[in-house]
Amino acid sequence: MEPRDDSKLEAMISLRDLRVNYGEREILHGLTFEVMRGETLVILGGSGSGKSTLLRTLVGLQRPSSGEIWLKGKNLAVISDAEMNAIRKRIGMSFQGGALFGSMTVGENVALPLREHTRLEEPTIEIIVRLKLDQVGLAGFENYLPSQLSGGMKKRAAVARAMAMDPEILFFDEPSAGLDPIIAAGVDELILELKKAFHMTIVVVTHELASAFLIADRMVLIEKGNIVASGSREEMRSSAHPRVRQFLDRIAEPEVLQEADYLQMLTEDHRAAGRSMTQRGGV
Amino acid sequence: MEFAAQIGGSVTDGLAYLGSLTSLGARAAYYTFIAPFKGKPIRLQQTISQAMQVGVRALPILSLITFFIGLILALQSAYELRKFGAITFVANAVAISMTRELGPLITAIVVIGRSGSAFAAEIGTMRVTEEIDALETMAIHPVDFLVAPKFLAMTIMLPCLTIWANSMGILGGALFGVTQAGFFFGRYIRASLDTLFLRDIVTGLIKSVVFGIAITAVGCHEGLTTGVGAEEVGRSTTRAVVVSIFLVILVDLVFTTLFFFLGQR
Repeated sequence: MEPRDDSKLEAMISLRDLRVNYGEREILHGLTFEVMRGETLVILGGSGSGKSTLLRTLVGLQRPSSGEIWLKGKNLAVISDAEMNAIRKRIGMSFQGGALFGSMTVGENVALPLREHTRLEEPTIEIIVRLKLDQVGLAGFENYLPSQLSGGMKKRAAVARAMAMDPEILFFDEPSAGLDPIIAAGVDELILELKKAFHMTIVVVTHELASAFLIADRMVLIEKGNIVASGSREEMRSSAHPRVRQFLDRIAEPEVLQEADYLQMLTEDHRAAGRSMTQRGGV
Repeated sequence: MEFAAQIGGSVTDGLAYLGSLTSLGARAAYYTFIAPFKGKPIRLQQTISQAMQVGVRALPILSLITFFIGLILALQSAYELRKFGAITFVANAVAISMTRELGPLITAIVVIGRSGSAFAAEIGTMRVTEEIDALETMAIHPVDFLVAPKFLAMTIMLPCLTIWANSMGILGGALFGVTQAGFFFGRYIRASLDTLFLRDIVTGLIKSVVFGIAITAVGCHEGLTTGVGAEEVGRSTTRAVVVSIFLVILVDLVFTTLFFFLGQR
């Protein structure tokens, strides 16, 4: 990793004691960390660790129950819908399954935010769409429907749509989930290219170790709604923290748990199972 | 005591549900009637395509069903009327019951089956595949983008379909009138039109507008509140149909009672 010069050390997002509840159940128990301008931060964690909830909170799909999220000088925990929408026009999000609109072509999907939020002429929008699709390696696919694309292409198209408004921050939810290793490597390449070409601030949520170590400048490991460890790639790789080692060395959870933990698991973990978003984790 | 508590619980649940339908309707009304004056034009293209889907494509099946209903009405009323030698009043009976009651009701039920369920399934699937979340992260309000065009299309198309259903029902009655009650076709139609007051048609249309609002609100609400997973979409769709039918009957009862007492004066 190249050494960062001090001018870049400016926090794009900073979280202070962020807590998120679904109903009575607390999912995130007070997270504090920062995302610097121009860096790629990978949020690592297993299924049900709360990493997806964290991402949903960062893009304003979930309100924090307490704590602060500072993004572009605004605290997302307390701002109005109108202010949140202003911020959303400056961020892009690529969803796990792409979340492209099935009734629109790929081109229309990418054009949607431009048509909604700008007064650009139609020919200009078409040029931007072609440019964005070219940047993700999908030149010439404007008129395809999402159902005609493969998994990897859908994900690329979703990235193109997320980049349509030239966002300052790009969020990825499980970029390599459900892709074969070669296609997944392609998506990782794409993220690296975006970082190199546009110096974009990128936040990636994943549980794929190989991908995480390839793209990350810094990592945060989350477990059961708490930050276990954070640091650069090298720091994480050489960490002696038992939970980090367990995650990185892929050691299964020991069968026998403490009796109290086991009881707690029985009574607590399944209470909010039904609609809880944490269940989406590694699907 | 526990029984009373259960009733209380269901009543508050029901009221809360009605409340969320109302707020959904209010948001959609905002995007349809107020936002255009703030420089956000209504989504004409989506509204037209929804109107095609909800209205025009429903015509064949609706025509067939209401034609049969008209015929059934004629048969049933003739059964009683012929005892009094008043079989020629079949035309009046069919015309009145079609326009005041069955036209709007049958139309609403056909539209629930075709479109109310489709709204819930479409929006529910978008919820499951995170497309609704994607809209929000793009700062596009799902009600503005998805729900408002459906409301507009539905409140325009349902009265139109109802008028069509009324005429098809009267045609169905005419089939009986011509073959069994000794009417000439033209006489039958004339007899029907003579019976009808504008009031009869208008009350039916007022009901159909409210039906349209209720069906859209339930379908979209069920879609938007779909949980995680494909089976949840099925559940939302079923609920949308059942709740819509119930609400339509309830609205029908309320308005029919209202018109009954208003008509007395």
